Amino acid sequence: MALLGPNGSGKSTILKILAFIENPTSGEVIFQSNEVNYKNTEKERMQSTLVFQKTTVFSTSVYNNIAYGLKVRKVPQSTRDEEIKRALKLVKLEGFEKRNAKKLSGGEQQRVAIARALVLKTKLLLLDEPTANLDPKNAGILEEVIDRVNRENKVTIVMATHNMFQAKTVPHRIALMDEGKISEVGAPAEVFNKLSRNLASFAAIDNTFIGEAKITSKGTTIVNLGNNLQVEVADQKEGKVSIFVNPQDIILCQQAVKSSARNVLEGKIAEIIDLDSLVKLKVDVGKVFLVQITKRSFNELALNIGADVCIVFKASSVQIL
Amino acid sequence: MADILGEVIQAFQLIFTGNPEIEGIVLRSLFFSGTAVILAILWGTPLALVIALKEFRGKTIIKAILNTLIGLPTVVLGLILFLIFSRGGPLGFLGLLYTPGAIMLGQAILITPILISIGVSSIESVDPEIMNLSKTLGASESQAQIAVLKEAANGIILSDIASFNRAIGELGVVLLVGGNIAGGGNRTDVLTTAISRDVQISELGLAIALGIILVSILFIINISIIVLRKTNLIVETAKGSFAKLRKRKGELADQ
Repeated sequence: MALLGPNGSGKSTILKILAFIENPTSGEVIFQSNEVNYKNTEKERMQSTLVFQKTTVFSTSVYNNIAYGLKVRKVPQSTRDEEIKRALKLVKLEGFEKRNAKKLSGGEQQRVAIARALVLKTKLLLLDEPTANLDPKNAGILEEVIDRVNRENKVTIVMATHNMFQAKTVPHRIALMDEGKISEVGAPAEVFNKLSRNLASFAAIDNTFIGEAKITSKGTTIVNLGNNLQVEVADQKEGKVSIFVNPQDIILCQQAVKSSARNVLEGKIAEIIDLDSLVKLKVDVGKVFLVQITKRSFNELALNIGADVCIVFKASSVQIL
Repeated sequence: MADILGEVIQAFQLIFTGNPEIEGIVLRSLFFSGTAVILAILWGTPLALVIALKEFRGKTIIKAILNTLIGLPTVVLGLILFLIFSRGGPLGFLGLLYTPGAIMLGQAILITPILISIGVSSIESVDPEIMNLSKTLGASESQAQIAVLKEAANGIILSDIASFNRAIGELGVVLLVGGNIAGGGNRTDVLTTAISRDVQISELGLAIALGIILVSILFIINISIIVLRKTNLIVETAKGSFAKLRKRKGELADQ
């Protein structure tokens, strides 16, 4: 199950309540037909675990990080060693036991965090935007792990995301959140269908835009987003629609280029968000697009705020709802 | 001038010939101040945890008071404690005045504000998510607090060392509640009070010797902290470059 919604819509809060580390201001939490209250929180907490959006590791070795929850559960040393080895293999960090967790890259730290949650084998696994700040390689590894655990261990996973692409492809069910409330729940296809009729509030999700769609003579769709901005989409759809472009599918260039991609938009860099191994850029081309590039490319292009750039993406990279 | 030089030479002679008088004073100083730090840790650390982690009214005022108390002249605190421990005072019945117990207790009280103050700021600088992280991994409230304390270990150790430095170099409290007794079974003269006495009775050689030892103790403590930190750093850097080397080897193998 995925929770989809813009920043500040309450995704993290609901996850913290489900992890029993925050109390709801009103209402009650029922977990496996038990009401969870101050008397049994510490016991119920053993059944669920949360991986935070902001990667947090204890400043000790990778082994000690992953062992923490097992030690609390009084798992014997031999079982512990085995479980930790297996979990590290799953997140592709074999042999990292003795490394200092704080000295790992952001992506590696987040993989340690996932391994640390997985060894506990809780009934409920909560993930708060686990891949939001990761480069595609690390994000890919994590998505694979999440998928595998969900299939093989039959763990219930609740994941928060504001990446439309992830919400559409990874989960079985999604819930839309806005201003602290769940507005829609259902299978992704079903919810996205409804979403197209009730779009306005979701414009806050990155790279999601609302526009007027028209099918062209070439069989593609042109979506007019306002501000003289048009985007060509491969799928056919008419009327009021919302579109989503995965930040990873956008190419950044310094000059307008001739390209086979149907969408070449010129604009200026409005904001630079420097993450561990990747950089997210907000590019204003009439509407603000979020673009994700590696740190290396960022340094090579020597970009700064206000620089003229151009973004390129294929018509087939645009999801239309 | 020649006199002073003579005293200095005598001081070094006293230090290097292993004078039992000096040895006793040094050991007493270390023992009293060490015990005071342990006492202060026992009550100061839980208090620091509470002040840093709990939200309550008056927290800012408590922090301000603690910071003020750090600068309290030791002779004033000594006077207050003297009045409390004296025969007519509220704790007079304990008969603590002019005993080693009074010195240790007095020093412990003196260093509590500094211990709590540095402790609080180092606990507060720990990532607030550590508490939630421990909990979501199954920790109880107190286990989560221990996890936070571990993350703050560097600052906590620093606060303990700073407290010891202050305790061993302190004069006012020890003089007023300890009495600087140089004879009998329960001697209460320590490095600082012995220096002050020896100057008054013109035993300058002894005073200089004790002064050199006191400064040396402080210097050794502080240099060992720096070295400990450095070696930790060296170990970490070594680990880092080793990892890089391994990675590079891996990349070469990939090609």
